[in-house]
Amino acid sequence: MHMADALISPAVGVTMWAASAGMIAHCSKKVKEDLDERKVPLMGVLGAFVFAAMMINFSIPATGSSGHIGGGMLLAILLGPHAAFLVIASVLVVQALFFADGGLLALGCNIFNLGFFPAFIAYPFLFKKIVGDIITPARLTVGATLAAIVSLQLGAFSVVLETLTSGITELPFTTFVLLMQPIHLAIGLVEGIMTAAVVSFVWKASPQIFEGPLTVAPSGGVPIRYMAVFLLLAALVTGGFLSWYASENPDGLEWSIAKVTGRGELDSAGGVHDFMAFIQEKTAFFPDYSFGTSESDAAAAPQDHEGKLGTSVSGIVGGLITLALAFLAGFVLKRSALRKS
Amino acid sequence: MAEIAGAFSDLSYLDYLSTKESRIHRLDPRAKLLVVMVFIACIVSFQRHSVSALIPYFFFPAVMIALAGIPLRYLLKKYLFLLPFAVLIGVFNPIFDHTPLLTIGPITISGGWVSFTSIIIRFTLTVLAAFILIAVTGFNGVCAALERFHVPKIFSVQLMMLYRYIFVLSGEAMRMVRARDMRSVGKKGTEINVYGSLVGHLLLRTWDRAQRVHMAMLSRGFNGEFYVKRPLVLKASDVAFTALWCSLFILFRFINLPVMVGHLILGAN
Repeated sequence: MHMADALISPAVGVTMWAASAGMIAHCSKKVKEDLDERKVPLMGVLGAFVFAAMMINFSIPATGSSGHIGGGMLLAILLGPHAAFLVIASVLVVQALFFADGGLLALGCNIFNLGFFPAFIAYPFLFKKIVGDIITPARLTVGATLAAIVSLQLGAFSVVLETLTSGITELPFTTFVLLMQPIHLAIGLVEGIMTAAVVSFVWKASPQIFEGPLTVAPSGGVPIRYMAVFLLLAALVTGGFLSWYASENPDGLEWSIAKVTGRGELDSAGGVHDFMAFIQEKTAFFPDYSFGTSESDAAAAPQDHEGKLGTSVSGIVGGLITLALAFLAGFVLKRSALRKS
Repeated sequence: MAEIAGAFSDLSYLDYLSTKESRIHRLDPRAKLLVVMVFIACIVSFQRHSVSALIPYFFFPAVMIALAGIPLRYLLKKYLFLLPFAVLIGVFNPIFDHTPLLTIGPITISGGWVSFTSIIIRFTLTVLAAFILIAVTGFNGVCAALERFHVPKIFSVQLMMLYRYIFVLSGEAMRMVRARDMRSVGKKGTEINVYGSLVGHLLLRTWDRAQRVHMAMLSRGFNGEFYVKRPLVLKASDVAFTALWCSLFILFRFINLPVMVGHLILGAN
């Protein structure tokens, strides 16, 4: 579920970074306005709790495998949407930095996928609605399970959209969706069962914990409108920037345009574009370039630089040499550092 | 459980690495954070069939690892542990993209394999960059940099608090799991009701701890404001470090160095 940097484009990464940064700013303001300063240490310690809870494995019946809790929905139930969003975001920052679980540029995507849906969709519109005014253990269980499933489904779908919009993977939309959604239905079910088990235990042992977040009115509506406007603005800004950049750099053009036009067109645009590019390479690039004839090298060089075929024989030879040089640089520097100390 | 316990010892080891002394460690956290972000942004901005143009970026991890004295073997172990995930996602490209893209003598390489190679290289570079950042900056350094970049204070304090208590609470969780394992006489796995009460208890303890922490903060004069004294001063070396690397990254972005080198070599033949 955590997206890596290797599969996203800058347009998607930056847009989602802007969206998540906006959300963090909004939630920080909200938490501060609530003046519930008791929450500050609670949020920090609960973030650490999520990591600790991941060390406790739950054996999934009849499968022989085991899983651990993700914790997003649990945090939303315990802290309410705004504080929960901040805690989930902080957990993801630590995961990205220490475990490379999700990339740094993909952090915006991950915060959005794993934070926004449980805190601002599943919690106010599902969990709160199901639990209602009179809290009962049965309602808590059903609410927590359903909310966890739905937030993971939405998150997984969001991963599909972000990945395909980035255009690094060749997976067709339907295949990707058919891979992601059922897997995350299973994961969501397990997450839901675990969340429900913890929630009902805590409800029995110490019901006052739920008094805070569940008695305060949810404010799910505002962030969504805010979010939509923010996403739109961010997409416009990055799209504008990228297409400006693209006009100077032909190879960037196709991808930036494909990226901002969205999913539907991407598939066809990608196919047609690939085909055209292939024809173009076949007709223009290959005949030009033949091994060992030095006069064609000069002609091929300018096309080579950023062409669709970043790889050519020159690229491979040069790449290996560059790689060797990089290692050599590291080795020499290390040697001189050791000698100095 | 064993692997997660391993992950936590990793966490403290990375933290320990960040306390070492080197020219890179002494740099301002802001400079390092900025350089790593520009590095990643440049790499992901290449189109999906780029391979050779990405290679010059290996200079950055190579130089940083050498100058900061990060144990290469440790870093590679961490990287290899993550590699299967990248392969798993990237392997769909050769399956779905059969467009022949490259012919070297009798061998024809499809676009899928080229973009697969590109994904693996991107993954290698970005993952190394993230590990290097934390190993030479430390988590509190990153938080300080974020704060100076105007990340809301509540959020940077949240990050620092979370990090401080990870070690305490993971120790507690590990003791709980060990205690349960020793009493369950070889029975593997945690059933749902046991799971609920184990994690539930951990949660209740966490809650109590948060209350004690809050009281301790109140008794030291906490009134909802945070005062962090962190004298971050940009030195000439920080500016030089940032300017040098960023301009190199941008240069690599627009000039395919390996192809030029290749032409030089092949042309000379």
